Parts: sequence; structure tokens; C-alpha cells
Amino acid sequence: MTLIVPLIALLLIGVFQLVSGIARPTVEIANIGYVDEFGGFQQYTSQENITLIRFDTSDDATDALIRGDIGEYFVIPQDYISNGAINRYTLEKQLAASPPITAAINNFLLSNLLAGKVPAATIARIEAPLNLVTTRLTETGAVAPEQGGYGSLIIPFVFSILLALSIIFSSTYLLQGLGEEKENRLIEILLSSVSARQLLTGKVLGIGAAGLVQVGVWVISAPFLLNLASSSIGGVISTIQLPANFIALAVAYFILGYLLFAVLSAAIGAISSGSREGQQLIGVFTIPLLIPLWFTSLIMFFPDNPAWVFFTIFPLSAPVEVMIRLGVSDIPAWQLVASIAVLVLSIIGILLLTTRVFRTYLLMYGKRPGIGEVIRNLGSG
Amino acid sequence: MQTVEVSHIIKSFADKVVVNDLSFSVSQGEIFGLIGPNGAGKTTTIRMMMDIIKPDSGDVTILGEKLREATKNKLGYLPEERGLYRKLGVLDSIIYLASLKGVDARSAEERANELLNQTGMLPHKRKKIEELSRGMGQIIQFIVSVIHDPELVVLDEPFAGLDPVNTELLKGMLFNLRNQGKALILSTHQMNEIEELCDRILMINHGRSVLYGNLAEIKSKYRSNSVLLECEGELGEVPGVSEKRTHKGYVELVLDGNATPQQVLERLVSRGMVINRFEVATPPLNEIFLRVVGKTHE
Repeated sequence: MTLIVPLIALLLIGVFQLVSGIARPTVEIANIGYVDEFGGFQQYTSQENITLIRFDTSDDATDALIRGDIGEYFVIPQDYISNGAINRYTLEKQLAASPPITAAINNFLLSNLLAGKVPAATIARIEAPLNLVTTRLTETGAVAPEQGGYGSLIIPFVFSILLALSIIFSSTYLLQGLGEEKENRLIEILLSSVSARQLLTGKVLGIGAAGLVQVGVWVISAPFLLNLASSSIGGVISTIQLPANFIALAVAYFILGYLLFAVLSAAIGAISSGSREGQQLIGVFTIPLLIPLWFTSLIMFFPDNPAWVFFTIFPLSAPVEVMIRLGVSDIPAWQLVASIAVLVLSIIGILLLTTRVFRTYLLMYGKRPGIGEVIRNLGSG
Repeated sequence: MQTVEVSHIIKSFADKVVVNDLSFSVSQGEIFGLIGPNGAGKTTTIRMMMDIIKPDSGDVTILGEKLREATKNKLGYLPEERGLYRKLGVLDSIIYLASLKGVDARSAEERANELLNQTGMLPHKRKKIEELSRGMGQIIQFIVSVIHDPELVVLDEPFAGLDPVNTELLKGMLFNLRNQGKALILSTHQMNEIEELCDRILMINHGRSVLYGNLAEIKSKYRSNSVLLECEGELGEVPGVSEKRTHKGYVELVLDGNATPQQVLERLVSRGMVINRFEVATPPLNEIFLRVVGKTHE
């Protein structure tokens, strides 16, 4: 898993290069027919890679379509100006007309409607009136080093998925190990050599260190892969940038997120009868971790919604939520401080509870205790 | 200094008293039997000794001090609920578990080879645990419990699941450990199985001590005033014998209360009888247990 993720990324870049290398020379010039019942649509018949060919009647156009001279045709009806309806005819089964074709027809109609009424340059502007170039300034008025945009969302978004996976894998691994030791009746042999606290600490730190190495490899390989990707894929990838403090926060949230799930897993491992049951139980707690991923598009379009503040501070969802929000907008410092503080306090609290149930339930085999029983035992120690 | 000193320990689980005011001590060079029926509180007592669970009250000292992490390295423990990593090799399992007792890998491997050789398990050392039979797995678990040359070895139901050959092998190894001056505690509900092994016993029932002390003295105390006799020829009337019970292959002579076994033996010898067996009848531990606690168990 540690090396598989960077390798898959490398493979994807390779596949992209291969596919785009094959696809590039096959840019076709498509012919589209049209029947002008309205009248006056004669100019601008060359749009990008699409050529528009005029037919006098629909029957002529249909014949040409069947012969394969044109890919499709459309009819501009006599009452076009009153409702804008255009009838399109094609042999293909499609969900909708492809965007290049729609754009070509749109520009063809627009240009012809305006022809002779406004200058050609104005027509071009009406076709594409907005080319928004945003520059973010600092409070002193200088150009900010971190400019935002989709480029800065990609790494945090991809990383938030990897972070969630890594936390889930690591804590599941811990749970599985504990479950197997419980199923194989090894726990008592281990506890005769080490204390329950040592066993818990050793497991959490050992598996956590392995997880951290994994995240480290991903984070370190990211700039290299980005470099490679932007030189071969270009486009959006070349605009990718790491948000400020991203690496530090990514590592901090991995460690805290992992610790939280590790102590939870240990508690669940202690009370559940085997590794399978434990994994079902931990599944309930991993749902909040994944919720921010479901809401990514909402976070992107409404970054200031108060709901995200809740998910930033709620410990189970905080690691992934913070990663995504870092890519979308700035997170106020107080929210980061509150989020980390709540995470740390939750870890300490659950750790204290876990050490109590760990000792009591680790040696109980068979039936899993009910929640009421666990709470009663927490009280009595 | 006693190897183990347990003083007035009490443990309850959810309002049920599982161990109720138990006290006992175990010395170096002795095999101590902790016996009682299922659910008597043996395993809970052992877990408190091993510091796996804490007593509600009372004290346990091991090797003269309260159990600390460092002291744990001087203890060997074969729990009743036991197992090994199924996917791990025999030698690797032993070396890993020895490392938890502070033994370095090289010494652990040397000693593991020695013990595997003694138990006839050397040809299996490269096998995975899951490839071994249950009895073989148990021998490996026993090796794990003594690999670090502990001062005290606690074995909970050590003979459960062993065939007669392995049972004898294990008994031999336990005698060896005792002869090396180690203290051994054997816990079992199969009381008769450890009779020949134990020097002293603690018999518990419902978490309470019912018998405690030297096994020979306990058996002598509970002997039924009779002797077992195998002889050739007609026995006839024997002075001092109130009743003769004929069993398969031997006769049980119940003494009348005035005669001693020694006097009865002298009378038989003076008649010129050929005596193949003459044994003061002592009841097995099972029977003593039933007599002490009434016929509610086993």
C-alpha cells in the first residue's frame, strides 16, 4: 500500500501519456449539415474543427446524413426567432449533443444573427465575454504567494482520501492484530510478560509508526509525481500548488487522527469477541471520518457554511475536513486550534477509558458485553 | 524467603465473590498443586498472582516483592486459555515470546533448540504453528513458559489435551525443574492427575480454601482405617480386622480401631503367608475433596 499509491499515480501518468499520444493525431474535422428555413444564415460556416454545410431541404440533408457525408444536421425553423428552437437530427444514440458541437452551432447562430449589426471583434466578445483572471492580494496589497483556485484543491483533496484510507487501514490492522491474539488465546501469555498499558502503547505506536512511514512516502513522492505529471499532462496539473503549512498540518492531523482511531480500535478490540466483529464495530466510527469526502463539492461552493466549522472541530471528522478545507479556503486559526485541542482531549479521554476496559475485557472470551455493562465496569474500574 | 506469598486475597466480579480470602505460600524446589473443581477460582487466583488482574484486597508477593515488570521476567506462565500465532514458525514464536521476557535472540535460539531436542520437537522447528497437532502446540507453549529459565513456573491445566506419552514427558520435565530448585504451581480440576507430582496442595471450592498443606499429611489424615492386601493362600480370620472387602485382585481389610497396619502385617507374616502387596489405603484426592465439600461436585 505504501508504495502502491505512488506507483498507481506513476502508472496513471504513463497511461495518460500513452492515450493522449494516440488520441492527439486523430483530431477530425466534422461536417454538420443545416437547413435554413428562417433565412440569412450563410456566413461563419467554419467553426473550430467543425464545418457547417447548407442544404436546401430536409430531405437533401437526410440523404447526405445516410450517405455519411455529414455526421448530423439541424434545421433552423421559420419561427426560430420567436422561441429559439433548433431541430437536430442524428443517427447516433446520445445523451445530449457533445459540447464542441453545441458550441459550434451556438456560435454559428450568434455570429449570423449579429452579422452586419456589430463589428466582428464585438461578436467574438459576445461569444466569450468573460475570461476571469483572479489575483489574490495580501493585506499589504502585494500579490499573495498562495493564489488559490482548483490547483490548490487537488493535493489536499487527494491527500484527504489517502489520509482517511491510511487511518482506516492502520486502525483496522491494529484491531485485526488484537482480534487474532484474542482468538488465538495469546493475550494472557503476552500479559504475563508485559502490562496491559505496555501492550496497548506498543501496538498503537508500532502500527502508527508504520502508518506514518506510509503517509511520509506519499507526501514526499507527491512533489516528484506532480512535476512529472505537469510536464506530461500539463493543464490544471501545472497550476497545482501545496497550500501553506499543508505538510505540517497533514502530518499533525495524520498523527492525531490515527491516535484517536487507534485508541478507539483498541477499546473495541478489547470488548469484541474476534477480529471480524471488531471491524464491524469500528465501521460505525469511520463514517464521520468519511463524511467530509461526501460533501467535498458543497465545501467547494459554500466554504463559509457554519456546518464545516462543526466538522472541523468534531474529532472523528476533523482530519479529513481540515485537509479539504485547506485546499478550498483559509481556515481561521481559532478553528484549527480548537480542532487540534478537541482531538488531543478526545485522545486522552478515550485512552483513559480504553486502559480501563482493555484490562477487564481482554481476557473475556465469547460473548461481547453490552454497552450498559461496559459503562458499569468503567465506573467500578 | 518464600517464592510466592499470597495473603488474604479477595476478588469479586459483578457482586459475585470469585476468590474469598485465600492465603498460601510456595517455596523454592517444590511442586504446589492448586486444585479444585471447575469455577472454583483457580484461574482468577493465578491471574492475580501474575498481576493480570488486581485483587480487591489482600497482597501477593513474588520472590519477596510486589510484582513489577522486572519480576515478570523471572516468571513462567502457561495459561489455561493459551495459543500461539498460527502463521508464525515454531522457532520464531519461541524467540519472539522469549524476547518479551528479556532474552536476546541468540540465547533464546540456543535454549529453544535444547528444549525442542529434549521434547523430540526439533524436527518440527521450521513448521508453522498451524501445522502442529494440538498436543505438539501445547509442548511448544510449555517451552515458551520455561525458555527464560524462570524461578517460578505457573501451569494452569498443563495436562489438558495431552496424550499419555506427552503427559509423561511433561511430568518428567516438571520433576527436572523442581530438582533444579524452581518453584512450580500446577493448577487443575483433574485432581488425581497431579497427585504423584505435588509436594503440597491448596484445595479450593467456591473461592475458599478447603484444604491446605503437605499432600502426604492430608492423605494420611483422610485415610480410611484400612489396608489393601494381595496375597497367596487362604487368608482366614485376622485379629484386629473387623471387615474384609474383596475387590478384583486384592482384599481391603478394615481395621477394628485397636490394631495398627504394622501389627496386622506382622500377624500375616508370622503365619508364613506370601504377601505380594500390602498398602495402607489412602483415598484419592477426588474422594477427599468429595468428603470435604460434600457430594455437590464431580
